[in-house]
Amino acid sequence: MRSVTYAAAIREALAEELERDEQVFLIGEDIGESGGVFGVTKGLIERFGTDRVLDTPISEEAIVGAGVGASLLGGRPIVEIMFSDFAALAMDMIANQAAKTHYMTGGRLTAGLTIRLVTGTAGATAAQHSQSLEAWFVHVPGLKCVAPSTPADAKALLKAAVRDPDPVCFFEHKLLYNRKGEIDDEVEPFAFGRSRVAREGTDVTVVAYLKTLHDALDAADLLESEGLSLEVIDPRTLVPFDREGLRASLEKTGRLLIAHEAPVRGGFGAEIAAIAAEEMWETLRAPIVRVCGTNTPMPYAPELEGFVIPDAARIAQAARSLVGVGVA
Amino acid sequence: MNETTLSLERLVDLYRLLVLIRRFEERASELRLAGFIPGFLHPSIGQEAVAVGVCAALGPNDAITSTHRGHGHMLARGADPRRMYAELYARRDGYNRAKGGSLHMIDTELGFLGANGIVGAGIPLATGAALQLKRRGAGAVAVSFFGDGATNEGAFHESLNLASLWNLPAVYVCENNLYGEFTRQDKHQTVKDVAVRADAYAMPGVIADGNDVLEMLRVTSEAVSRARAGEGPTLIEAKTYRHRGHYEGDMGGYRPPDEVSEWLARDPIILFGRRVVEENGVTQQQLDEVAADVERELEEAAAFADASPHPAPEEALEDVYAETYEGAALR
Repeated sequence: MRSVTYAAAIREALAEELERDEQVFLIGEDIGESGGVFGVTKGLIERFGTDRVLDTPISEEAIVGAGVGASLLGGRPIVEIMFSDFAALAMDMIANQAAKTHYMTGGRLTAGLTIRLVTGTAGATAAQHSQSLEAWFVHVPGLKCVAPSTPADAKALLKAAVRDPDPVCFFEHKLLYNRKGEIDDEVEPFAFGRSRVAREGTDVTVVAYLKTLHDALDAADLLESEGLSLEVIDPRTLVPFDREGLRASLEKTGRLLIAHEAPVRGGFGAEIAAIAAEEMWETLRAPIVRVCGTNTPMPYAPELEGFVIPDAARIAQAARSLVGVGVA
Repeated sequence: MNETTLSLERLVDLYRLLVLIRRFEERASELRLAGFIPGFLHPSIGQEAVAVGVCAALGPNDAITSTHRGHGHMLARGADPRRMYAELYARRDGYNRAKGGSLHMIDTELGFLGANGIVGAGIPLATGAALQLKRRGAGAVAVSFFGDGATNEGAFHESLNLASLWNLPAVYVCENNLYGEFTRQDKHQTVKDVAVRADAYAMPGVIADGNDVLEMLRVTSEAVSRARAGEGPTLIEAKTYRHRGHYEGDMGGYRPPDEVSEWLARDPIILFGRRVVEENGVTQQQLDEVAADVERELEEAAAFADASPHPAPEEALEDVYAETYEGAALR
């Protein structure tokens, strides 16, 4: 076991996939000589050369389009969107082209590319560099969506994404890049759709991912001394979503709290809530609660930003309220 | 390359492809009115020489991206009219197993990476295909067809800049039919010649008569040779005209009658037929036989489509993903 940062784990996955398959290449803005604005791809151009690590003009539609076009002829591109907000400029290539290729060709062609989307606030990054847009992509059939919260999962799931035949949106949270975690010396990819119990508990199931997963774990620490036990579930992949993992937890706790940084309205939490309500109603003994971003753009000032996104204290308070309502 | 280097057989085959596209689309229009085809059709009638001339310059490993007006490109590339009609009929034997229709047809074996329902979207895809072909190092090229309207999309600008910067083996073929959907060119862009936009990307911009199949073959062959030799992309502007409206059902009333009759007089099939008879010694009888063969082929293709089974409704749930996972249904 080693302790590495989330950014280093992603870099290791990129390097190992570049090493494993010569069809793999990286394409994006400032990922080569500059090593990426968050340093994630640092050193890769020196090791793999300009044929495998492609610095591009600021042209998001052409970058993703080039990735999609190359994938149709057997390339395995890993596209970086420097800030996921900029995916808005490439949405036709993601949502109308990559996502639909397999379906609209009757399964005869597939756009097998990985799109890395740098997500969430980095602190005072304001409205156009901070969004958590996973709901946009989750809503488009044909895309798979991955949201790892730990270095070990980031490495394993990025390797799985690169080898997956379908287009995969891989969300990386900026505030996780410097967070360390234990990983095995050799990390093998594992199949999408398997959630992880990040912390076992008995009273409330909390589903959270990316940075908010860590806030949920902090909330669980806070509540332990009060005698309240949270079970924290990390879905790891949003599409596919592990329904059985959710059910197993709800059978224990009977209470569901969902937390994410994205605005609450139409967020992925609404989908999780609907799955629980439609398919696992008999396990629930209290209303489902969401602790999510407010329905506002991301503000600049730290005190404003802190007001709109969930934190451990807010998750803990919602959990306290939740055990006080509903049926015993 | 010019016509003197082409064999008589080759010339007759080019004529056959022109007639095949024309009649495929005329018949499709009738079949749609008769209720056999449920979806959109955007006929390329009048523009056949662009498709046939360009595709005649390509080799088996080259790739193509097309447009909403893509039947001609696909037929010129050698696609099977039976499976094309079956797709238009929304039947199982269609190219896309009834999941795509006219706007999304593909033939991967021909390197035909698809018609496209989004104006301009094939341009970045061809650019990526060119990138992959260059990485593969096989000397193959990627061709993107698009219309004058598409050259106002950001996808055009971003892609041509990237292709030029990376010296990609790409050929960008603009079919300037003077209308972006219902809007005349002078109301959607200030340039008359789209080819001048190539200057902005430091690549050659070539204007060609899009109603002259041999000229299209010649200019495309030059562009393809440059691309294969590692000399980078070319923008070709083919001046041509859509005989019909934007789609079947659009009567095209926004076009001046004089303009329509002027272009109808320059019908690419009549021009080419006359030329090979007068200059190459092909007989009118040979051309008539070709046309009769095309009719038989299309009659059979429509019968094939009609005999092909409808998809079962539940097939709608298939093909969303290439790979699913046990225990984690991708619902």
